[in-house]
Amino acid sequence: MSSKILELKNVSKIYGNLKALADINLSVNAGDWLSIMGPSGSGKTTMINIIGCMDTPSTGSVILDGVDISRENAGSLTRIRRDKIGLIFQQFHLISYLTAVENVMVAQYYHSMPDEEEAMEALAKVGLADRARHLPAQLSGGEQQRVCIARALINSPQILLGDEPTGNLDEENEGIVVDIFRRLHDEGVTIIIVTHDPEVGDVAQRKIILEHGKVVGDIDQSATFGEALKLKGKGE
Amino acid sequence: MENRTRNGSRRRMYLKMVSSSLIRRASRLIIAVLAIAIGATILSGLVTIYYDIPAQLGREFRSYGANLIVLPRGDAKITREVLDDLRGLIGTEKIVGMAPYRYQTVKINEQPYIIAGTDLAQAEKNSPFWYIEGSWGNAEDTSSVMVGHEIAQTLNINIGDTFTVQGVRYGQMAEASRQDLSAEENQKRDLGAQNFSMKLSVKGIVTTGGAEEGFIFADIDMLDDLIGDTFRADVVECSVVADAAELSALSSRIERDIPALQPRAVRRLTQSQDIVLGKLQALVLLVTVVVLIITMISVYTTMMAMVAERRREIALKKALGAESKLVMGELLGEGVLLGFIGGALGVFLGFEFAQRVSLNVFGRAINFQWALIPVTIAVFITITVLASIIPVRKVMDIHPAIVLKGE
Repeated sequence: MSSKILELKNVSKIYGNLKALADINLSVNAGDWLSIMGPSGSGKTTMINIIGCMDTPSTGSVILDGVDISRENAGSLTRIRRDKIGLIFQQFHLISYLTAVENVMVAQYYHSMPDEEEAMEALAKVGLADRARHLPAQLSGGEQQRVCIARALINSPQILLGDEPTGNLDEENEGIVVDIFRRLHDEGVTIIIVTHDPEVGDVAQRKIILEHGKVVGDIDQSATFGEALKLKGKGE
Repeated sequence: MENRTRNGSRRRMYLKMVSSSLIRRASRLIIAVLAIAIGATILSGLVTIYYDIPAQLGREFRSYGANLIVLPRGDAKITREVLDDLRGLIGTEKIVGMAPYRYQTVKINEQPYIIAGTDLAQAEKNSPFWYIEGSWGNAEDTSSVMVGHEIAQTLNINIGDTFTVQGVRYGQMAEASRQDLSAEENQKRDLGAQNFSMKLSVKGIVTTGGAEEGFIFADIDMLDDLIGDTFRADVVECSVVADAAELSALSSRIERDIPALQPRAVRRLTQSQDIVLGKLQALVLLVTVVVLIITMISVYTTMMAMVAERRREIALKKALGAESKLVMGELLGEGVLLGFIGGALGVFLGFEFAQRVSLNVFGRAINFQWALIPVTIAVFITITVLASIIPVRKVMDIHPAIVLKGE
């Protein structure tokens, strides 16, 4: 039986009069692959920011690897994020003046100690060993996102978080990135991604549907997002 | 051992990030480097001039005449040996001119005048402000002398004219002209063995507006030969490169080490020199401070723009787990490197600037001050770091969740 790696208990996030997240309860086991879908403004990014230790909930608690991170200060959250979370962004966010391998090494540098050999291995895993010495501007969007994945994985995080990781990619590169996620999932990496794309979301083992800050659907791999939305429409 | 490897590896990565940021973003940082380099150029140039002004202006001031008058103590005269001792004590590198004078009364057309025997070459160095019609006399052509403008008018003589000087040899008694003899007979009596007579020609007419116009200036060795005596100077006029304090110290040393002499500093001249130097140095200092402030403002605005431009990169680093102080350290590291490059450029450009100023204003070249390299670089690293502190602190206000928002 898999151990629980993340648990959100009655998590709410309130901005003035706006309730971005309302009483969210969610638990994730180690090795799970979750897709979070929902329309714009449904609270996906707020949720991923809270899980990724870049924001804190207004109420409720977030237990990450047995530690309640909901009341931690900014310094502690930075340390937890560094040690336990790997982040992938829609816009890649690579450092423009560093090569691909140096971008991976930056994450090592902030975590512990840069090791070029390890960084090269991580790039090889995403099929970019031969592009390691290129600057981001010399890489395609798909290649940049693969560097981003290598960077997110380099410190062996407990959760890989992706905020629209395929949002800026063409179909071919989207397929490459999804394949990488599939492989990582097979290796036991816990993956949580926010996506607008049902095709990407459907590959995940578990699908969460958010609407107006609430979880309105939590389904397993047997159903697609389309089916899940139909079921929700019927009130089931 | 493991710790050392870890630290070494982290240090290399830090340097890699800082240097890559500057090298690969060179076009964006060129304005910052230029601002620092221009500041450093002006600073190092002005500091070079600041330290060179006393030497340069000190020599300029020497054109206003001797600043140290050395007299013999009591009734004695200054011998050649004592003069050499004096030269050694002052130091040849400090002496612009050192002219001994021997004053001798002579008769021209039975009227008394004074010949000032001197080292004409040294007197010329001491008194570049004298206006000379014709030219300075020299030791090679000893029968050619310079006469004061007043004497030239009285005797109605001009350049190239000759006149005869007569007088009593050294140690001989003068005989008064006899009333019962004619002027011609008295002149014949003056040509006796105890007297001298020599025809001199006018090489130059001296106009100074001062007492010099009442003297005849001749070579001191010629005068010694004429009067039949060895070198004995009545006074030595020295033009020394020194400020008031140095001159006072030099006077004390002369009094202590050469008791036969009593030095007198020309206070009015040395004090004026000190006042002008002080004001000039204060002006240079003021300009330097203004330049430093302007450089700081320029670096501050550049760093502000740099932090704003790199918000995403900073947010990303924080999202990857970098603490604010680590990111601030990287930006300050870039500031240090900018200060280093700008400062290093400025040192050499500043020397070129100072050299041109010195050549144009003082007509003399200056020496490169090696100490300026570390000093200028250190000053500009400090300025860059100080000017970067406020912009770099903005890092603390950057929230990765807000800045890196996907949509």
